[in-house]
Amino acid sequence: MAIAKLSLEHHARVLSIVRALKQREGALLPILHRVQAEFGFIPPGAVAPIAEELNLTRAEVHGVISFYHDFRSTPPGRVVVQLCRAESCQALGAQALAQRARTRLGIDFNQTCADGSATLLPVYCLGNCACSPAITIDGQLFGRLTPERLDEILDAHGLGAPAR
Amino acid sequence: MSIRVYLPRDSGALSVGAEVVARALRAEASRHGTALELIRTGSRGLYWLEPLLETDSAQGRIGYGPVAPGNVPGLFAALLAGGDHPLRLGPIAQIPYLARQERLTFSRVGVIDPVSLDDYLAHGGYRGLRRALELSADQIVAEVTDSGLRGRGGAGFPCGIKWRTALGAPGARKYVVCNADEGDSGTFADRMLMEGDPLSLIEGMTIAGLAIGAAQGYIYLRSEYPHAAATLEQALAAARAGGYLGQDLMGSGRHFDLELRVGAGSYICGEETALLESLEGKRGMVRYKPPLPAISGLFGQPTAINNVLTLASVPLIIERGGKFYQEYGSGRSRGTQPIQLAGNVKHPGLIEKAFGISLREIVYDFGGGTASGRPLRAVQVGGPLGAYLPEALLDTALDYEALAEAGGLLGHGGIVVFDDTVDMAAMARYAMEFCAVESCGKCTPCRIGSTRGVEILDAIIAGRRPDQFALLEDLCATMEAASLCALGGLTPLPVRSAIRHFPADFGLSARDPA
Repeated sequence: MAIAKLSLEHHARVLSIVRALKQREGALLPILHRVQAEFGFIPPGAVAPIAEELNLTRAEVHGVISFYHDFRSTPPGRVVVQLCRAESCQALGAQALAQRARTRLGIDFNQTCADGSATLLPVYCLGNCACSPAITIDGQLFGRLTPERLDEILDAHGLGAPAR
Repeated sequence: MSIRVYLPRDSGALSVGAEVVARALRAEASRHGTALELIRTGSRGLYWLEPLLETDSAQGRIGYGPVAPGNVPGLFAALLAGGDHPLRLGPIAQIPYLARQERLTFSRVGVIDPVSLDDYLAHGGYRGLRRALELSADQIVAEVTDSGLRGRGGAGFPCGIKWRTALGAPGARKYVVCNADEGDSGTFADRMLMEGDPLSLIEGMTIAGLAIGAAQGYIYLRSEYPHAAATLEQALAAARAGGYLGQDLMGSGRHFDLELRVGAGSYICGEETALLESLEGKRGMVRYKPPLPAISGLFGQPTAINNVLTLASVPLIIERGGKFYQEYGSGRSRGTQPIQLAGNVKHPGLIEKAFGISLREIVYDFGGGTASGRPLRAVQVGGPLGAYLPEALLDTALDYEALAEAGGLLGHGGIVVFDDTVDMAAMARYAMEFCAVESCGKCTPCRIGSTRGVEILDAIIAGRRPDQFALLEDLCATMEAASLCALGGLTPLPVRSAIRHFPADFGLSARDPA
């Protein structure tokens, strides 16, 4: 497989992140978090320079990226919607909420809208179980959600077919 | 004219509008020309009342809640006029839900400004570290051992024994690691503590450092908790600036520092050895034990790795002595347990009680029964790997041993309530699905078994293969006996308990052997 390459400018940005953090113990996760914060995802071309700087193989770096749910190798939608699917939220209607979100956005879990507007992700507990059901939209946490309230929030973000 | 108002910055409160209420309060204050001192606290854990606003009075703090933004103009005027308002709950400490608790670990949560070192000191903070600096490492470990404190993360291992091992293990460096990867669904006590009283965790870790001879600690926090991360960073900076962290702790010449690390959405990293791998920058793959982390942990060095609530309980134990803490509890479960009540329940929240309270008292006396008003059908105790128990077993006491006898486990102390609309076959399938999604993949029973478990349950649910129960039982036995860690080893618990107590949901009559 061909090794993905970054533009010179992106390569320099990745290197400066790695060099700022590589002295820390167990630096790979902090580095990957910082790269993803900056690029929105971890460009496949970032794997080789990160591996080289940390004296790891590309396979090791790729293995870490693919292990963790948070790290992604492709750009996410403009807005990320995370919907909790764990027990407490299920006990208070998370299934109906998931159905509404899928219908509104026209996508299933782990998919991104064709127009790039939103990505829908499952999450297994946001620690907001006492205010179930819970979702996050664009990083903001919402609790005690009803399908109607979900519609309002998606409307406010201009996501999916507007509710009538 | 000025007025002081307390309002949580806890993420649960924020999720139901606390920030909007805060903005409305500031707008009202400027409209009235009143100086507003808005103190952001943690949550009291009375979540059905959030956003819960409090003011000072001669009888202590007075609560108002739940406050919708639309209530703020009327409420603000009422506060200026003496405080009478339909949302007034009276003195907060006298609300039975709170008054009947024994808050040791959570005594400051919801009370203080979590990132104010002054507030922490004014409420008894750093008395534990002050005393620890006068003790030898041996004496600190002895106090913790005497207290009977057991790991609050789920396994319930005696903390003193763990520390004794790490203290005695030879190593060039030693580490204290806090497991703040609170991945168990239905649990949120670690989050509340870190958002409401992070300095107690920092103090506990500092004492752990003195006890085992470590100069460096890490807090490994799950990425789903961004508010806890922000609060912890502010608290770490405050402790460092005040001389309670870093070089020369409280002028003692001793040294201990801490760094916050954020996980990346992997449930298995809550397993201690997978967490250590992740901290080292690797895939979160479970390690073989032995060696124990106390002997060979982070980077192969002796490491004391404990849960948030375990470490946050330590300052009080050192300040008041092990005996004080040991007097709470029942049997071999000493001290208090922060119980997290959630799911379909009228009054969800945080209940810190001495061990020994029954599930029925928690679900009905505290929780008020189901939120839907329908009959209660099941409770799941102890997170996604905990057993589903029917109404008939609600008299079980909440302690490590009694729950084990009832075929369950205490885990991290989460209780999720379901009404009679729950389909227990779907919940059993979910348990297997969750295991398949989160398995680290190192051992076969967990990696393959969970996927096969989903398939078998799908066949049973579709009514095609009633003969598959024997196969499912065989699979559960293999996963339980042969998995490397608790994820594969305990996933059979919710599955088997669902079949045993709710056979009808699987198309079995009560007398069928499951």
